[in-house]
Amino acid sequence: MLTVLALLVGALLALGVAALPLARSAAGAKAVHGACVAVGALVVAGGLAGLLGGAAAIALPFGPPWGPLRLALDPLAAWFLLPLGIVAGCASLFALGGVRGPVPARLLLPWPIFLAGMLLTILAADGFTLLLGFEAMSLASWALVAHDTAAAENRRAARVYLGFAGFGGLSLILAIGLSAGGAGDVAFAALREAPPEGWRAAAVLALVLAGAGSKAGLFPLHVWLPLAHPAAPSHVSAAMSGAMTKVALYVLARFVFDLMGPAQPLWLGAPLVALGAASAVLGALRATLEDDAKTLLACSTIENVGLIVIGFGLALAFRGADLPALAALAAAASLLHALNHAVFKTLLFLAAGEVLHGALSRRLDRLGGLIHRMPWTAWAALVGVAAAAALPPLSGFASEWLLLQALLAAWRVGDLAFQMGVAAATALAALAVALAAAAMVRFWGLAFLGRPRSPRAAGAQESGGAARIALLVPAVLTVLLGILPGVMLDLAEPALRQVSGAAAPRAGLFAVGAADGGARYWPLAVALLLAAAIGAALWVVRRAAPRGLARGPAWDGGFIAAPAHLPFGDPATQPSAAGFAQPLRRMLGESLLAAREHVTMPPPGSTAPATLETGFRDPVLAALEGPLPRWREAVAAQAERLRGLSIRQCLGLTFGAVVLMLALLAWLEAR
Amino acid sequence: MAVIWSILAQALHIALILAAAPVLTGVVRWLKARMTGRRGAHPLQPLRDLLKLLCKTPVLAENASMVSRAAPYVAAGAAIAAAALVPSFARGMALAPLADLILVAGLLALGRVAMALAGMDAGTPFGGLGASREMSFAALAEPALVVAALTLAILAGTTNLDAVAATLREGGLGLRVSLGFALVALVAVAIAGNARIPVDNPATHLELTMVHEAMTLEASGRHLALWEYAAMLRLTLWLALLSAVFLPFGQAPAGAAPHHWVVGLLAWVAKMGALALVLAAFESAIAKMRVFRVPEFLGAALLLGLLGAVLLFVSTGLT
Amino acid sequence: MSFGQLGYDMAHLLGGGVLLLSFVLLYQRRIGAVINAFAMQGALLALAAAWAAHSQGVPGLYLTALLTLAAKGVLIPLALHATVRRLDLHRTVETALGIGPSLVAGVGLVALAILVVLPATEGARALAREDLALALSVVLLGMLMMITRRNAISQVIGLLSLENGLILAAIGVAGMPLVVELSAAALVLMIAVVAAVFAFQIRERFDTLDTASLDEHRGERR
Repeated sequence: MLTVLALLVGALLALGVAALPLARSAAGAKAVHGACVAVGALVVAGGLAGLLGGAAAIALPFGPPWGPLRLALDPLAAWFLLPLGIVAGCASLFALGGVRGPVPARLLLPWPIFLAGMLLTILAADGFTLLLGFEAMSLASWALVAHDTAAAENRRAARVYLGFAGFGGLSLILAIGLSAGGAGDVAFAALREAPPEGWRAAAVLALVLAGAGSKAGLFPLHVWLPLAHPAAPSHVSAAMSGAMTKVALYVLARFVFDLMGPAQPLWLGAPLVALGAASAVLGALRATLEDDAKTLLACSTIENVGLIVIGFGLALAFRGADLPALAALAAAASLLHALNHAVFKTLLFLAAGEVLHGALSRRLDRLGGLIHRMPWTAWAALVGVAAAAALPPLSGFASEWLLLQALLAAWRVGDLAFQMGVAAATALAALAVALAAAAMVRFWGLAFLGRPRSPRAAGAQESGGAARIALLVPAVLTVLLGILPGVMLDLAEPALRQVSGAAAPRAGLFAVGAADGGARYWPLAVALLLAAAIGAALWVVRRAAPRGLARGPAWDGGFIAAPAHLPFGDPATQPSAAGFAQPLRRMLGESLLAAREHVTMPPPGSTAPATLETGFRDPVLAALEGPLPRWREAVAAQAERLRGLSIRQCLGLTFGAVVLMLALLAWLEAR
Repeated sequence: MAVIWSILAQALHIALILAAAPVLTGVVRWLKARMTGRRGAHPLQPLRDLLKLLCKTPVLAENASMVSRAAPYVAAGAAIAAAALVPSFARGMALAPLADLILVAGLLALGRVAMALAGMDAGTPFGGLGASREMSFAALAEPALVVAALTLAILAGTTNLDAVAATLREGGLGLRVSLGFALVALVAVAIAGNARIPVDNPATHLELTMVHEAMTLEASGRHLALWEYAAMLRLTLWLALLSAVFLPFGQAPAGAAPHHWVVGLLAWVAKMGALALVLAAFESAIAKMRVFRVPEFLGAALLLGLLGAVLLFVSTGLT
Repeated sequence: MSFGQLGYDMAHLLGGGVLLLSFVLLYQRRIGAVINAFAMQGALLALAAAWAAHSQGVPGLYLTALLTLAAKGVLIPLALHATVRRLDLHRTVETALGIGPSLVAGVGLVALAILVVLPATEGARALAREDLALALSVVLLGMLMMITRRNAISQVIGLLSLENGLILAAIGVAGMPLVVELSAAALVLMIAVVAAVFAFQIRERFDTLDTASLDEHRGERR
């Protein structure tokens, strides 16, 4: 199977090159996207084969001067192939349905290369291949983010993304270099032989968190995500949020659980838990305050990535404290949530893409009432929203139940400081989940319910066909993954054994459990119980109450007949995006995000309306765009002085450099 | 044999909860009226109101969608499912392996999301106001619930409600201050979840002070009957949860024969009555808080729960 | 002694109650409620002292309980209520740090106190270690109250609740001589009297008890 996957990488690269001539016609673009759909399906099959079969490793016949490119498919990599394949398939299908004419080459060409980069990163078995895939992934996605440079915010997003991608790549190079030590061999097998200890382990962890963490959207390197993900086309946003973040988390997991050796101390997991909790709360809070649908979904990605990293940190800590069953529980929660999040986030981004195409706006203040005009999109998005809000019996609840059980069991570690930290992390994780529910209710309610807020929203239309199938597939998967998490955990058992050394916690067809003697969650039984309860309510009401409905104008709030120029009623009589967010903005936004509201009242006697301005600042972005450019300019100003040196000073500079080199040589010779 | 008893106990429990919900709400209203010097309506009045509402045809707003028609059933179903899981007069019922505190929280969240979406459906300002306030209060109440669950999970080793009730009954835990803190946190969450004073006034007619009522302002007929019934079930569920965990006396243990159930039933009725009295007295004695003071209240409950967990770490570390 | 035994439970419960009331002091917004919570803390402390006297068999602690009840539970709150009425103060408490952040800081301080006390008292009895951790927490919370409140009356109450923490520590440790305790209490009382005199002076000069208003009149500022 590994050879098939390696050939797929090659096929995707060839497809990217072929996209150049194929972009001239709509049929060519559809062919490219259709081929990507097939690749996605094959990647899922490859992942399943890797989990069910054994591990495999090959060395390609070409590569850098010091050795061939190595690829391997072990259970951890095979698990992460599943979200990659599903997301690639659904996003390509959506793009297929969205082709209405010739697609510009700068949009078509990078897409297969993006998928190839992600696939290569997961299959890599040595540092060079990993970096090759990682950088290809970054550059291709940057090209897609920067495709539309007309708007200033898109240019800013591309600039910030490039900066972070470069920083992340550099950190990963340093991490791999530091892990390899002096040997110079960056194959994973060699890195496993020499696990780092002490300060070297801490340095490697910090560098990996900077590199992979920034790509995944972990606090404090998350600020590029809400800028870049919305700027890309919808299918690319879905792939970036659904697949690219998972690939980055795979790199983190590979380092932390595999390459850094099996015996790491307890405290190594603590920074992961802390950063994960901070990301979760910040991402969820920002999601409740954002006005733009895609930025909201990107902030929700930050939150879910934070939850997954909390799980990784707990698994690491449990491994260090010699509690393998609990480590398996935490790792199971993270792996399952990675898969579930990929599926429902793809669904939500594709639905937002449909809304963007139909109602021509991403801003929640220009949408509304779309459930009447776009029913398929609305109901599919509701499944995604319910999963993102962690409502039983869908997939989001299953993985968050497991994560909460891991957090509630973390006190068994025994170290008092760690116990207190984890108690605080439990409160923060629960806060993040509840804030995510609020954000999702706000998103779906403002976009799809109520009355249209703009004429285009009143006339929105769905595109059927491939785009609709691309929405239905993740929706059905979300329901299935919610009802059968036990099956998925059984499938993931080899990966869990590799990560934590123990099997999944009491999984089976019908239930998932939280370690021996612990609580269990029976999703199928819960779904049946809910269905029975709702059915009973329906039956009783049908028998006791008369049928039929009456329709009338809305009752509360007082409505007059709509004016002629606003046939769907004045949009100001409905909740606005800023208005719906007001309670949370005042409760938490003012302290955490420097949120402010400013009302400007007109002078007495004037009939002009009052204006309400609301806004917030992400503290990391403010730090990034404040002090950092100032330092850069200060350094540049100092460097400018080199231009004004006299001849004597230039000669002196050269002389000083020569003397320094000689001194260095003398010192090295003395050692 | 034990399987048959457990199924029978579950069926009786569901019937008991479904019948007791309107009666409990009526009793609480009657007690509040008596304490404030009024005669009060008959305790069965909520039941009569429900039957009256069922006979009426609902009127929907012109742009209301399928959500307004389906959400009442979803909320009522979620409340029934959650109420079926919380043990009342006996432990070890048929659905006891499902009864997990986090799951009950999730089912309540499902009902809450259904209510919020129904409130936003008609596109009216007060519906959106109620929905945003409700979701914001829940954002702070959920962590308080999870931290209280942390305390209970440390003591009982699991979050399964049956096991928690059994441990607090037979575990010899003594009067722990952490349990007191967890009780305060859970009571605060219960007040927020049931729209009780001081978080929300269940009997207000002023839209600006509404949270729950604002979301159901547009509902009428059988839909309103379902919303009201779901609210009554939630109140019964929370009081049953508090009594099962913190007042575990009299509950028939798992696998007990039916004559123990009679004792359990009498104990449960007495506990519910006592809690109804306490609730009525509490609501009559204090005033509703300003909306933007509620996060301080819920935040304080969260921090108390966290403190209880921290103190528990200390005592489990010592003994 | 462990959980399930009445002696341990009662001592644990009363100590936890005193800690809870320290949090209530941080949470309240009205002066009247703060003084009432302080009175309740004094009463609970007296109860804890009486229980310690009963369980440890030290009759001297009954005297401590009576003194605490009389002074902290009745007399000082009455005096403070009278002061508030006479000076006609604002009924709300001005806070330098919001209520939410000060509660979060309070929980952090309790965690810090536990992390400091538990490793340092290895080998002592479990009840003594916990009591010491609770008492240190009450002391730290009293200090937090002093620095996050701008009203002089609230700062005095913070000082007095800090002293409650010291008394709690003294009660928990068996064998603390009464003399040490009484001298500590007298010292704190002296400081409180001096603070009250200053409060009256401030009120007369500046017509407010907000200690932030003193900043404008500091000599070296201009």
